Amino acid sequence: MAEPVLEILELRKTFGALKATDGVSLDLRPGEIHALIGPNGAGKSTLIHQISGSIRPDSGSVRFLGQDMAGLDMAARARLGLGRSFQISSLAQEFSALRNVMLAVQARQGSSFRFFRPVMDDPTLTEPAMAMLERVGLAGRAQMPAAELSHGERRQLEIAIALALGSKAFLFDEPMAGMGPEGSKSLTKFLDGLRLEAPILLVEHDMDAVFALADRISVLVYGRVIATGTVDEIRNDPEVRRAYLGEAA
Amino acid sequence: MTNASPTSRETIVNALLALLLLGLPLLAFAMGEPFYITLATRIAVLALAAVGLNIALGLGGLVSFGHAAFFGLGGYAAGILATHAFDGVPLFAGIPGTVSMPVIWLVTMVACGLVALPIGAISLRTAGVYFIMITLAFAQMIYYFAISWPAYGGEDGLSIYVRNEFPGVNTTQPLPFFLICYAVLMAALGLFWLLRGSRFGAALQAARQNATRLSAVGIAPFNIRLVAFIISAMVTGVAGALFADLNKFVSPSMMSWHMSGELIVLIILGGKGRLFGPVAGAMLYVLFEFALGGITERWQFFLGLILLGVVLFARGGLLGLLAGKARHG
Repeated sequence: MAEPVLEILELRKTFGALKATDGVSLDLRPGEIHALIGPNGAGKSTLIHQISGSIRPDSGSVRFLGQDMAGLDMAARARLGLGRSFQISSLAQEFSALRNVMLAVQARQGSSFRFFRPVMDDPTLTEPAMAMLERVGLAGRAQMPAAELSHGERRQLEIAIALALGSKAFLFDEPMAGMGPEGSKSLTKFLDGLRLEAPILLVEHDMDAVFALADRISVLVYGRVIATGTVDEIRNDPEVRRAYLGEAA
Repeated sequence: MTNASPTSRETIVNALLALLLLGLPLLAFAMGEPFYITLATRIAVLALAAVGLNIALGLGGLVSFGHAAFFGLGGYAAGILATHAFDGVPLFAGIPGTVSMPVIWLVTMVACGLVALPIGAISLRTAGVYFIMITLAFAQMIYYFAISWPAYGGEDGLSIYVRNEFPGVNTTQPLPFFLICYAVLMAALGLFWLLRGSRFGAALQAARQNATRLSAVGIAPFNIRLVAFIISAMVTGVAGALFADLNKFVSPSMMSWHMSGELIVLIILGGKGRLFGPVAGAMLYVLFEFALGGITERWQFFLGLILLGVVLFARGGLLGLLAGKARHG
């Protein structure tokens, strides 16, 4: 079996008495979509934050491309190729969609300590950024300030940014949230192709999307992974049915 | 309302402000009214100081309440170097003083950069109100240091007997000195414009809008902000050197928190983050000081009312009123 791209081992994080992450181990292998599901408050976002570096775990390790991520902040992890989207869209609100993506292109190219050349006249920034917007279907909104984009468009923009970073693994935190059925459907199709570029750890509540996309699913309940397996294994796991999917599923 | 896009309208407003500031002293010179030249010089120098602060505050969202420290450092660099040159006493280790403005500016920028580095490195670990308070605290430390250092006048300040020199210009005359200040202001505005449009500027403005987003693309906001803080301090420092030359006097009051507040007020009046915001703000401020100051000693009360109006009803300041909302390409 191929080496996992991302490996999480015995991660623990408590907030006071709350065990938000209680000994979570999982991995992400090349070419796969690994979905992380679980009821609200199960600790999915907290886990994503620890992987991306915005929250420091109490113990356990995150290994990415064979390297221990301990002590690396979010910016350093992003530079290594860990691209993420946020549960609540996090964009430079005053910048246009294009400039938001250009920022990622600029970061990927290296130094931001260039003080004189105007970015808008720099095709090495504008062209790749535009290409990414086209890929996610936002080219027509390129000049629109992020603040004026619709909810769904902001999710698409976040994905375009992660693409522009040339990420080697994607962490997507509920990318379908707030999208209409049409939007979800087209994003599902898009993510389906994206896994060939880089594997995706996908937190998602939209079960149609999860069942359509996931190679493997991990179920998180009260900070613990209660099951990991293929779509069929998870559908038929009695404990999962009881804890999460409900008897109707 | 015109149909012109806000960007091009802003360019026109900027050009008009630049011409106005240049035209006033030329007119005053033609009419033999040197006082108005000095008034315009004061506008140019305060605008320059605020352009410096605008890099940190306007672009980076870093509300430094301690920029008077750099303004004062520039002033003392001019005063101290001139005093040593005048007395013929070497500064230290045989290094002589100087009355050359370009050298003074260079020394000022180096000094401000060296002081801004540790202040920024410590202050930028905090944010919001804490950042405001810690920059204020550093500035007040430097202020009290200046007061308690008798070698350079202490609380009484330091006089510059003859205005410092600039190659090929008779700086003792008001108009040539104004033109120097105006040229430096224009150069600083050019620098601000370049920075704002550059990769560095993109990262700095993104750090203001959403630091998490900047981190998520792999750019550490701290480094970007620190460099911005240092550049900002250097520009404000040069303004301080010119201010000392304008008044032929430097005192610790240049470093007091009133001065820091005044610089913030200039930016808010004019429009924060806008290229010509500090120029518009300085014009408004100095003209107010002049017009109302003649009528009542309590002119700042009325300035306060105007500031209140701006904050409540015209967030974009004077530039926002004249040129519309700021847009990013």
